[in-house]
Amino acid sequence: MALPRMPAPIRLRELIRTIRTARTQAEEREMIQKECAAIRSSFREEDNTYRCRNVAKLLYMHMLGYPAHFGQLECLKLIASQKFTDKRIGYLGAMLLLDERQDVHLLMTNCIKNDLNHSTQYVQGLALCTLGCMGSSEMCRDLAGEVEKLLKTSNSYLRKKAALCAVHVIRKVPELMEMFLPATKNLLSEKNHGVLHTSVVLLTEMCERSPDMLAHFRKNEKLVPQLVRILKNLIMSGYSPEHDVSGISDPFLQVRILRLLRILGKGDDDSSEAMNDILAQVATNTETSKNVGNAILYETVLTIMDIKSESGLRVLAINILGRFLLNNDKNIRYVALTSLLKTVQTDHNAVQRHRSTIVDCLKDLDVSIKRRAMELSFALVNGNNIRGMMKELLYFLDSCDPEFKADCASGVFLAAEKYAPSKRWHIDTIMRVLTTAGSYVRDDSVPNLIQLITNSVEMHAYTVQRLYKALLDDISQQPLVQVASWCIGEYGDLLVSGQCEEEEPIQVTEDEVLDVLEGLLVSNLSTPVTRGYALTAIMKLSTRFTSVNRIKKVVSIYGSSIDVELQQRAVEYNALFKKYDHMRPALLERMPIMEKTASNGPTEIVQTNGEAEPSVVEAKHPPPVTQPTNQANDLLDLLGGNDVVPVIQTTVPTKPASAGGELLDLLGDLSLSGIPPMTAYNKNGLKIDFTFERANPNPNIAVITIHASNSTEADMTDFVFQAAVPKTFQLQLLSPSSNVVPTLNQGTVTQVIRVLNPQKQQLRMRIKLTYTHKGSAVQDLAEVNNFPPQSWQ
Amino acid sequence: MIKFVLMVNRQGQTRLSRYYHSVELSRRAALEADVVRYCLSRKKDQCSFVEYKDFKLVYRQYAALYIVVGITDSENELSIYELVHNFVEVLDKYFSRVIMFNLDRVHIILDEIIQNGHIVETNKSRILAPLTTIDKMVDS
Repeated sequence: MALPRMPAPIRLRELIRTIRTARTQAEEREMIQKECAAIRSSFREEDNTYRCRNVAKLLYMHMLGYPAHFGQLECLKLIASQKFTDKRIGYLGAMLLLDERQDVHLLMTNCIKNDLNHSTQYVQGLALCTLGCMGSSEMCRDLAGEVEKLLKTSNSYLRKKAALCAVHVIRKVPELMEMFLPATKNLLSEKNHGVLHTSVVLLTEMCERSPDMLAHFRKNEKLVPQLVRILKNLIMSGYSPEHDVSGISDPFLQVRILRLLRILGKGDDDSSEAMNDILAQVATNTETSKNVGNAILYETVLTIMDIKSESGLRVLAINILGRFLLNNDKNIRYVALTSLLKTVQTDHNAVQRHRSTIVDCLKDLDVSIKRRAMELSFALVNGNNIRGMMKELLYFLDSCDPEFKADCASGVFLAAEKYAPSKRWHIDTIMRVLTTAGSYVRDDSVPNLIQLITNSVEMHAYTVQRLYKALLDDISQQPLVQVASWCIGEYGDLLVSGQCEEEEPIQVTEDEVLDVLEGLLVSNLSTPVTRGYALTAIMKLSTRFTSVNRIKKVVSIYGSSIDVELQQRAVEYNALFKKYDHMRPALLERMPIMEKTASNGPTEIVQTNGEAEPSVVEAKHPPPVTQPTNQANDLLDLLGGNDVVPVIQTTVPTKPASAGGELLDLLGDLSLSGIPPMTAYNKNGLKIDFTFERANPNPNIAVITIHASNSTEADMTDFVFQAAVPKTFQLQLLSPSSNVVPTLNQGTVTQVIRVLNPQKQQLRMRIKLTYTHKGSAVQDLAEVNNFPPQSWQ
Repeated sequence: MIKFVLMVNRQGQTRLSRYYHSVELSRRAALEADVVRYCLSRKKDQCSFVEYKDFKLVYRQYAALYIVVGITDSENELSIYELVHNFVEVLDKYFSRVIMFNLDRVHIILDEIIQNGHIVETNKSRILAPLTTIDKMVDS
């Protein structure tokens, strides 16, 4: 008894038409669900007639994004059917719905195997296509033999498909590459362009995968002459309607051959020589009025640049690219810029000739072109053209989209660093970048700039003045504000005294400067980091300005700030004003010249971060190292060389990069810790005593205070105390209280030495004393070996 | 090699999609939406190549339809640009009117042109040969 038949399922085009009428997503989903249900029940009925139609509809729904996995098995049934229309949809479904990860696909293997040997070429073609699309490694291994057989057939329709299928097999199972080698011998003698094309693809794949194959093809098969011959025929032959595209004969094949030539010629002199002529011919004879011609020229240029071509050919190639740059078609300009970027390293001079055109491309409307032009411009900057190029690039920075600004700013900094013609130009350029794109510069540019400014000693006044003026205009760009406040803190005295040489000095009072800095502290635009910079700058000015009271007030206010960072700083600075006022000048002195971080030693104590304040924030930036690293190493240097003196005297800064707590350690634990004092030196009336403290919590640091007294009847002036320790120690000498040791023990000169003794070795020291006594200079060396054991244990 | 071929309309609806490397279904919708957004936002005088993630997009507009091909860096963009046009000409030759109702045929044609991410055949008559054979079989 037959069940009542359902109405025939609708055709695919009906379904598409229906779904297109849906006005909302919900409506569409409803339609699809209804149809899916119908299809499912049809599948359950095992309806052979309409299976093909149903699967086609399923594929459409799959494309729209709806799940279609229940159709997978149906695809297999279609493949197994005898009807071509069924097979066609079945294989299509397999390619779209199935992949290696589904177990179902293995069931296809047998079907494919049979179909590869089918009597109809279209069926064989289907099988090849599907195998080449989604065959797994096992399937490929099983069926490689069949594919190889088809590669040798005379049927060009099948041959071309077999070639691409072989590409897939090789990708999946690289060991099988050898198997296809014999079949490739005759591939290039085919007349059919489809076969030629896919054969070239196959050969390309083999050469790319295996250097042995590559060598083999170069030497034994004489591949290059064959390809050259084919290419020549294509160019020289007249109009052939079969493959003509806008007047050029099979441009796709030409492009593919050129690419294979590139691989063959790369790094190989003989091959490159064999193709020189044909490349020149293609480059000069190809019609450039249409896009097709340009596509071929583009590929030719890429090939010329990659192989070992003679210089004449390379120049020809770059000139072609130069012509591309002037082309009206945007695509061509883009392509030219991309290629020039690849070649600018190797053929720098040739590309330089086109510099002005490249710079013009910066003004193009297209985003991709602008980016390429920018990268290329940076690559072309050198010592000769830096001024002109920078003008253009800065102008570009002004007007470009935000997505470019960060890269452009970094590029400008790098180029300026490498090729700056003068320090003033360098600083001007940096300021320009900070004012136009200040919020886009990278984080590490702030310490780099600070270092640069510190090192250009003669520009300090000019720099601080310009930065001050920039601050007056705009305080929203944080990197600029940070650099500016740091500079004002350092060089505020130069600002106020109006010492600028480079440009008209401005009249600025101390109060105005403090107003600006305080403004930064309260402004909503300032980030916490910036506020930290501003507070420190204010503090530094306490040694450079006279209005110390105002500064004291500001600092004490922030002692109760909600921001923990600011509060900590303010509290510490307050301490500096109160208990440790005698250390304040030394701590807040002018920065010495910093060296690049590359010379850092492993220890952290001596490695200062170049800042006079014990801040946590600055510690994040790579600490530029000051001269003190030297002193730990050179026992001999210290005692031999005279110019080490100023270095040791001025190194004040304190803290290891770890935490602000260390300063408190230094200041907080000056109480005597029970180690007996000792006399280190006693000669000619000069007596030097050592007293000891231990800097908690770091027990490796011994803090020694020297007390120098003079028992003679004349003062000892220009008194300088130097010390050196063995290599395993590190030493830091702070500033002395004075350099006159008054006569007749009326007073002492004190100086603090900090010694790091990580290996807990016995402390030894060599000291050098110089002073002027009764008009003559006195110098003496001594060894100090009588340190009490508690000082270094 | 070619990573995918898409045909989308101005509203962003996918009319045809073919992937030559495996992309999960869930990510396809996002990928297509993204690609469409890039192409639709470009003006007429901008170039037809867009850099997208780690590959490039080549797109061409034909009336209300955008054809987008995703390619790897090693492929010649101008050549693919020509290929798209070739594809459209083939479709034009076969379908006298609106093509979108015969999606399976379009897939068949595409299969004859591009297989496995590489170009197989560019000659129009040879591409259409299997299809005309199928048509004859169906009619008979």
